[in-house]
Amino acid sequence: MSNTELSGLMPASSGQDFGTHPLIEGAIDTSHSIILYLESVSVSFDGFKALNNLTLYIEDGELRCIIGPNGAGKTTMMDVITGKTRPDSGQVFLGQTLDLTTMSEHEIATAGIGRKFQKPTVFPEHSVFENLELAMHADKRVWASLVARLSGAQRDRIDEVLRTVMLAEHAHQQAKFLSHGQKQWLEIGMLLMQNPRILLVDEPIAGMTHQETERTAELLTSLAGKHSVVVVEHDMEFVRSIARHVTVLHEGGVLAEGTMDEVQNNQRVIEVYLGE
Amino acid sequence: MVMSQTSLITNFLRHDRGGQILLAGLLLIGIAIPLANLVLPESSPWHVSTYTVTLLGKYLCYAIAAIALDLVWGYCGILSLGQGAFFALGGYVMGMYLMRQIGDRGVYGNPVLPDFMVFLNYKELPWFWFGFDHFGFMLLMVLVVPGLLALVFGWFAFRSRVTGVYLSIITQALTFALMLAFFLNAMGFGGNNGLTGFKDIAGFNLQSDGVRVSLFLASVLMLGLSYVLGRYIVTAKFGRVITAIRDTEARARFVGYKVEYYKLWLFVVAAIMTGIAGALYVPQVGIINPSEFQPLNSIELAIWVAVGGRGTLYGAVAGALVVNYAKTFFTGFLPEAWLYVLGGVFIFVTLLLPKGLVGVFQSRRGLKPRIVSP
Repeated sequence: MSNTELSGLMPASSGQDFGTHPLIEGAIDTSHSIILYLESVSVSFDGFKALNNLTLYIEDGELRCIIGPNGAGKTTMMDVITGKTRPDSGQVFLGQTLDLTTMSEHEIATAGIGRKFQKPTVFPEHSVFENLELAMHADKRVWASLVARLSGAQRDRIDEVLRTVMLAEHAHQQAKFLSHGQKQWLEIGMLLMQNPRILLVDEPIAGMTHQETERTAELLTSLAGKHSVVVVEHDMEFVRSIARHVTVLHEGGVLAEGTMDEVQNNQRVIEVYLGE
Repeated sequence: MVMSQTSLITNFLRHDRGGQILLAGLLLIGIAIPLANLVLPESSPWHVSTYTVTLLGKYLCYAIAAIALDLVWGYCGILSLGQGAFFALGGYVMGMYLMRQIGDRGVYGNPVLPDFMVFLNYKELPWFWFGFDHFGFMLLMVLVVPGLLALVFGWFAFRSRVTGVYLSIITQALTFALMLAFFLNAMGFGGNNGLTGFKDIAGFNLQSDGVRVSLFLASVLMLGLSYVLGRYIVTAKFGRVITAIRDTEARARFVGYKVEYYKLWLFVVAAIMTGIAGALYVPQVGIINPSEFQPLNSIELAIWVAVGGRGTLYGAVAGALVVNYAKTFFTGFLPEAWLYVLGGVFIFVTLLLPKGLVGVFQSRRGLKPRIVSP
């Protein structure tokens, strides 16, 4: 499918040759303001119910934090959304129309769901700039790469992301020389280069210094609005600093949902977290 | 658009000091050596003998093969230990053409069949020898035969995600299997004697100084072109993709690059480049036989690249020239010692100079080898 075919579907990308939206089979229909639907999703591994009738809605442009004790099903939920794990039952939809359970991992990624894993994996020998260039949403076939030259618009896009992830001063540094936190940001930047509609972020502050944590909080809040951001995190203080809306998972289902204060005062949440 | 096209050409050599030195050096020897051989009288102390011209031409062919290996190994992490197979195939293609150029001047005087076929009681030319009396057809086959083998072999190897030492082993097996096959008389390539006794190339006497110098010049030109092509490949976005594949293949795949196709394309281009080197080599040494397929040749090729320094292209050239000069020197007066010297050099370089010879100069000059953004 060519860019011109898509331009009608994606008004935001008109006039730019790299597109600000992902290359997708059909536009993501968010006419009901919900971008991601998980309805009655169940997954079991050898009899163990990792997800048990989970129902969850993510609104377009919101920043959602998912918390829960170990084994609550947070990672399995991410795997189901990205197509790595297939649900035994239930529905997973991107917008009104795209059934994620029938799409491959690659299709889901190009449809606009980007996932950041816990362990940062950047290209160590390449500069920060080159990492972003490689991740950029573009024609990635062999011949295209042989003749590719960065257009002004693409260069601007890379610069914009460099500023967003606070790495503008490190643009020409090799990625292996970045600090742990900076590598995490670079990876978020690489995701952004693929113009996702939804960013799934797994434990973004693991191993970060206090200062890096603060800046990560700023980064994630700044991304909300333009993207829907789903953050899985253990650190309560961090969640409090960024969350507008928190979902607590427990034993594969939703235990509570609401603002941080509501959730923290919820009797069932207190029981789960503090023990019976 | 026009502006970006021209800057494309100047850009990829601008930051490349080693490459500039290499190309300037090639230009220099491309002018000086022919003059010193053809114009200066033999009595002159600056005269260069035809033997030396041919020896240099041979080294340059090795250097082309080294650039090709550096492309796949140094930049993409594919340690192919079967590059000698492509070299030998290019050589055999050229050898077949040269055999047919002999015509009825062979020992048996058969106008069509090469001597070894008459000796083996062939009644007619095998089908795969057809067309090799044409220079143009031969040139085409120099590209097609090694390229096709690399395409088929690479397709299966890369699609099955064979990497690392396993790939090295099967490439080694490939060249070994070809060597055994070419040893057979029934293959129709002259068995263990190979192809030799060449007389003419394109109608000119192969032994004449003019032809020798022309072959040398062709080698100079091909080395220069190979370098420029290689340099273009590694400075294009393609180059950054293959180094990304080298460093973290899974991540490159995850970002959306079809890793198999990138490897395959590069492997085929390198095979063709190596085949051209082999084709230029054969008329200069005057023989091609199955020993060119022997695994040791492919391993030596990897040693040249390691000694010179991986991932710079000009390092591979330096390695090929230095090691082969040393080989000529040592086999001259201590032939038994050569393999020990080669092994020793390899261990020394691996342990103490991981970036090879060029790494020494780069660190002394405070230069850092890295990929330059356009």
